[in-house]
Amino acid sequence: MTVDAKEVAAKEGPIIEVTDLVRKFGDRTVLNGVSLKVYRGETIIIMGGSGCGKSTLLRHIIGSLKPTSGSIKMFGEEVTTMTPPQLEKLRLRFGMNFQFGALMQSMTVGENVALPLLENSRVDPDIVDLVVKMKLELVGLTGFENLKPSEISGGMRKRVGLARAVAMDPELLFSDEPTSGLDPIMTAVIDQLTIDLTQKLHMTAVIVTHDMVSAFRIGSRMLVLGAGKRAGVVIAWGTPDEIRDHPDPEVQQFIKGEPDGPVPLKLSPEDYIIRLLGHDRDKGLTY
Amino acid sequence: MVRIGVQAVPMTALTSFSIGLTLAMQAAQELSKMGATVYVPDLVSISLLRELGPLLVGVVVIGRSGSAVTAELGTMKVSEEIEALEVMSINPVRFLVLPRFVAIMVMLPVLTIFGSYIGFVGGWSICHFALGMNTSGFISRIIASADPMDLYSGVVKSIVFAWLIGTISCQKGLSVKGGAEGVGRSTTGSVVTSIISMLVANAILTASFFFIE
Repeated sequence: MTVDAKEVAAKEGPIIEVTDLVRKFGDRTVLNGVSLKVYRGETIIIMGGSGCGKSTLLRHIIGSLKPTSGSIKMFGEEVTTMTPPQLEKLRLRFGMNFQFGALMQSMTVGENVALPLLENSRVDPDIVDLVVKMKLELVGLTGFENLKPSEISGGMRKRVGLARAVAMDPELLFSDEPTSGLDPIMTAVIDQLTIDLTQKLHMTAVIVTHDMVSAFRIGSRMLVLGAGKRAGVVIAWGTPDEIRDHPDPEVQQFIKGEPDGPVPLKLSPEDYIIRLLGHDRDKGLTY
Repeated sequence: MVRIGVQAVPMTALTSFSIGLTLAMQAAQELSKMGATVYVPDLVSISLLRELGPLLVGVVVIGRSGSAVTAELGTMKVSEEIEALEVMSINPVRFLVLPRFVAIMVMLPVLTIFGSYIGFVGGWSICHFALGMNTSGFISRIIASADPMDLYSGVVKSIVFAWLIGTISCQKGLSVKGGAEGVGRSTTGSVVTSIISMLVANAILTASFFFIE
């Protein structure tokens, strides 16, 4: 982001502001006091182990799930208390790329990309065709318009999902693991696309990913969610350089991809017995 | 609409034809004891128009289309397609439920009328070939015995059944939870609930027509 753009963004205030977000599923706390601010033109990376609540956080921000407590503001409006018509209006301003594409199975690739345009805008059908071709070209899928989602690979479906998410040229893009299952070249293509969208068009991106190479390539700020005892807690939040030098050993274990560390590879014999039997053998205590 | 209506025609025809046939045979057997086989067409027409036509076609549509609607919407629910529609500001009820509901509402009454007439053909074939009744005699008995109210009550029933089937199958589809297993469970639930509520509604409607007249 250029200096000018940064100043403008700072003046505008955050376009997403999450404060003390808590979400419980039964007894399990999946998100525990998550707060973050996102400014225009940024690329925010959300990282963390599998099942740590990354996708759940994303679902809360887009208004699909309601939090147990806490506040989520998007473009200055509170998302958690919105009525369905208000949410519908807000959702015209952002695009979402789902983890498995979530394409309409009964429609072709082209029809899927055209769907938001045909339903939410009054664009001429000829222009819609043109836009569909352009968006598919962006994700490297020219010529696949007439195939059904069941006839293409998982990685391709994901790219069609991305093309559909950006079909309306949204101000804000959410992406759930956009590059998992893609080959290294395609990953770089998708990363470059994200960089182009944010730098040239000032789109803001919030991306959930496990791919460290891609995360450090495109991220302007990063958020790491904890595991184990710190599940659903933000354990690190900062620029890629700050995250790379972060003192927290769990963050280091995560970004270096080490099997053993604060998130242990193997349990101690005592812990193993306790987990297996549900109580301490010697003391006879039940945990 | 084509799938729910037009493609159900052969199955509706076959079911209605065999029921018309069976009705006529049973009626002929009993009525012949009293030498009253001439009344077979009356019995066939009234029972088909008022009761069996709407019910049987209802069962055919539940089995073919109601279950398909539930399974289809359920699969879309578990594969995040419904959520994706919502996130794209497309109301899934308008986009997915409404067309299916309208198709059932239009096609079930049409199929019911069609089914009743095919049932008459079944009844006619017994009367003509087994009882030696001539075709014009059969038709004139049918016209004489059935009054418009019989047809209307059947159509009213089929509209109520269509509303029940449409609502139940769409609601069950959208409330699927837990992957492919959930889709199967909801589809079974949709068929069972639809049939039971249709039978209950049928009893209530028959009773109300009985008292109105």
